[in-house]
Amino acid sequence: MPRPKVAFYWCASCGGCEETVVDLAEDILGVVAQVDIVLWPVALDFKYHHLEALADGEIAVTFLNGAIRSTEQESMAQLLRRKSQLLVAYGACAHLGGIPGLANQFGREDILRSNYETAPTVVNEGKTRPQAVTEINGYRPHLPEQHQVVRTLDQVVDVDYFLPGCPPTPELTKAAVAAILSGNLPPKGSVLAPDTALCEACPRRATKPADVKFTEFRRPHRHLLDPQQCFLAQGVVCLGPATRSGCGVQCPGGNMPCTGCFGPTSRVRDQGAKILSSLGANVAGRTAEEIEPTLRGIPDPVGTFYRYALPASLLRRRVDIPHA
Amino acid sequence: MVSLKPEIRIGFYVCHCGHNIASMVDCADVAAYVGQLPGVVLARDYKYMCSDPGQELIQKDIAEFGLNRVVVASCSPLLHEHTFRAAVAAGGLNPFLFHMVNIREHASWVHTDRAAATAKAKVLARAAIRRAALARELPQRQIPINPGVLVVGGGIAGIHAALTLAEAGKHVWLIEREASIGGHMAKFDKTFPTLDCAACILTPKMSAVGAHPNITLWSHSDVVQVDGYVGNYTVKVRRRPRYVNEELCTGCQECIGNCIYKEPKFPDEFNEGLGKRKPIHIPFPQATPQVVLIDPQVCLNFKRGVLTDRCKKTCVEACGDRKAIDFTQKEETKEIQVGAIIVATGFKPFDVRRVPQYGYGTYPNVYTALEVERLVNASGPTAGEIVLRDGRRPSAIAIIHCVGSRDKKTNRWCSRVCCMYSMKLAHLLKEHSGAELYNFYIDIRAPGKGYEEFYDKLNEEGVHFIRGRVGEVTDWAMIPEEEGKLVIRVEDTLAGVVRRIPVDMVVLATGLEPHADAQAVRRLFNMSCGTEGFFLERHPKLAPVSTFTDGVYIAGCCQGPRDIPDTVAQAGAAAAEALALIDRGHILQEPNTAHVLADCSGCKSCLPLCPYTAIGFDEATHQAVINEALCKGCGTCVAACPSGSIGQHLFEDDEVFSEIEGLLTADPEPTPALAATP
Repeated sequence: MPRPKVAFYWCASCGGCEETVVDLAEDILGVVAQVDIVLWPVALDFKYHHLEALADGEIAVTFLNGAIRSTEQESMAQLLRRKSQLLVAYGACAHLGGIPGLANQFGREDILRSNYETAPTVVNEGKTRPQAVTEINGYRPHLPEQHQVVRTLDQVVDVDYFLPGCPPTPELTKAAVAAILSGNLPPKGSVLAPDTALCEACPRRATKPADVKFTEFRRPHRHLLDPQQCFLAQGVVCLGPATRSGCGVQCPGGNMPCTGCFGPTSRVRDQGAKILSSLGANVAGRTAEEIEPTLRGIPDPVGTFYRYALPASLLRRRVDIPHA
Repeated sequence: MVSLKPEIRIGFYVCHCGHNIASMVDCADVAAYVGQLPGVVLARDYKYMCSDPGQELIQKDIAEFGLNRVVVASCSPLLHEHTFRAAVAAGGLNPFLFHMVNIREHASWVHTDRAAATAKAKVLARAAIRRAALARELPQRQIPINPGVLVVGGGIAGIHAALTLAEAGKHVWLIEREASIGGHMAKFDKTFPTLDCAACILTPKMSAVGAHPNITLWSHSDVVQVDGYVGNYTVKVRRRPRYVNEELCTGCQECIGNCIYKEPKFPDEFNEGLGKRKPIHIPFPQATPQVVLIDPQVCLNFKRGVLTDRCKKTCVEACGDRKAIDFTQKEETKEIQVGAIIVATGFKPFDVRRVPQYGYGTYPNVYTALEVERLVNASGPTAGEIVLRDGRRPSAIAIIHCVGSRDKKTNRWCSRVCCMYSMKLAHLLKEHSGAELYNFYIDIRAPGKGYEEFYDKLNEEGVHFIRGRVGEVTDWAMIPEEEGKLVIRVEDTLAGVVRRIPVDMVVLATGLEPHADAQAVRRLFNMSCGTEGFFLERHPKLAPVSTFTDGVYIAGCCQGPRDIPDTVAQAGAAAAEALALIDRGHILQEPNTAHVLADCSGCKSCLPLCPYTAIGFDEATHQAVINEALCKGCGTCVAACPSGSIGQHLFEDDEVFSEIEGLLTADPEPTPALAATP
């Protein structure tokens, strides 16, 4: 019996998701023994034409990490969708847009100008920018173009399952692979993680008072944080109440608050709006004068509340950025 | 997979509301559009959906077409949601499978372009159709009503409402801010147009309040907190210390006679500062309750309100064995439970200093109308003699109408009572002093029983009426006859000349304003205000004493300026509304309560937010628990739950989102398969 074909691919991402696959450690051998890896650019050399040569649906499952930002990523997502029976959005960027999704606060032009011209470390007197087509020594190399907005994978192609996290944990990955190999799968479109918020699993839960009454928001790098007490009780923004559990409470375990990488529960459409609504309602001040000083502890609201999920949120992008 | 979900069968009705909607919205076109939306089985337009035939149409269609959802596009849910829910229930459906669209206030009344208004009505209807498809059957809970009533304010409105309710056997708590009930009416000398003595008709009612077994009267007290909801309000009342035990004081007033101050020395509030009182005093002879009080700001036994125990306490000696005086009395907060609340907090007279050209505070012989009420009163500071602040007796008196009324610079509204009380004061001043009386008016407004006749009578008595808004009151004499006089400068708009009229006394007919703390009171009882600050009735014609909060009623001048007969009529109406509510015995609770889903993570974000303290925390399951009997469906916790683990009946997320999508979706209409949620 032929082994099922599996593909791993990366789009707009940092490489951390690939690390998780490696983090499976010796367990990866068990996986490799059962499957036939047909694409894994981070580890093995494949070419586009290898992929194109496969029949449609020939790949059993593709794990695709990273958001969709360039024309090349978009066409690879479409190609892999066609070749795969199952497409799994792997990690926060493919699932929700992730850190690259924060670029949706700026247009393509702003980003290119910053990266190639105005950033303090850039030396580029000719103001050269990447071109789609360039003429060099008689060759005409092509480069992918960048879209105006960063999209989640399911905003580009149909996605079967989502593995959340920045990155997903090895445990969730193993469980997902096992479920796929056994065919024991939840309904299509499911996020393969628990559907309760992180507080449910957090060992600090009992230390949260009934009424936190925020008078200031304290930034983690400026204070020595209590290793046992609920972060919200310490006045530190923690996205645990608005974030799906399943990560093993790793950040609070390392004495850092949750920043929301697992995204919202299935019942929430906009993670940032929800945590904002919850924290806002619990601010002690009642007048603008009282509330204003409290808010100074959150200098970057989008980066705080929408760190991983801006493209997947109701906001998606700055309104004046052109489409496409 | 075979779906066992029942098919959605929506009946849609668009109401013409006579011309109210049909003149600006093409109702037939709206019906035709909605008729082709998914899930809609029939769509009709009809002249008056709220009429009996309109309601019967719905019931007949439910049976004939097997409808399981009904949407009516008509007026505001405030007006007719109840009507249509009842009609749907009579047709055999759960009333919460009905949804209403407001295309009158939201479309026809606010637009002038018929095509655009029709398009908007279609969009609003489309949103409602999408929402209705997801509506669930909901049960309604019965909640018993507490039969007690809180009446706030002890003026004639509060007094009349309290007595009416008490006579009907209900227990009433009457809360008054001042030391005695009676309000402004107690300060009036006579009442227009009958000229019967205000005290003679008011004080028997005040005594009746004081003596009534069903009335608990707390004067010198304020309502500080109101919690709960219709039928079950919990009210906190602050009782300020009067340093006299109400139970022990007999009202003999021997303490006042024996106060260390032999003569009254301090401005007497009841007489508008025209007379004097002692630190220990009773506001006026017929005060109810008949209990004295001590002003700690001036009593020698205190220093600026702080007890020093330095006085000889001759008042305590005079009180003797009654032992009513208690310098250590402290402020107390009492909690009471009531089912209904009547707010009758009255008005504040306009501050005439805001119109400096009329010289109040500059010229001693310029008076406010309320000061003159005390001046002409037999028990007033001058025993009814018209003696001016400088000791003179006037031979000519001017009454300036509309001070702080009908004026873009101050208040735009007509205060309704000033024309009539000005004429009453003109009559009384003429009677008491024999002076020449001049009324300066913009229009004479005398629309009441016997009012126009009273105006005729004044004309016959020789009172002068000069039409024109007074420009200025000045003491600058231009001719010898004006020396030592106050000169009224006015354009006589009937004669077409500018006149200067020298007088000895000027009376400013002050308008009526909301109290300075009306906004705080509004918030306390969760009422609305008009732009001018008077409390807003639920409907100006059909619910004039109800407010937008169920179980809270308004009476008297807190709702707008009015005279005593109208105030008493309104107070009776408010009492009747409260009785009708209480005697029902129970209310049906709107099933819009919030509920915690099994996925609650126990983050406790919702716990402190509930204004009704309906959310508890189960330490065993580590989850929030909502007491649906206490929940009022405000939705605060639903919005704030960061993991979306609190739902709300009637406002489930899928219902709200599908309604929003219905509003925002572009035509042509996509046709998703609609199916009912279990």
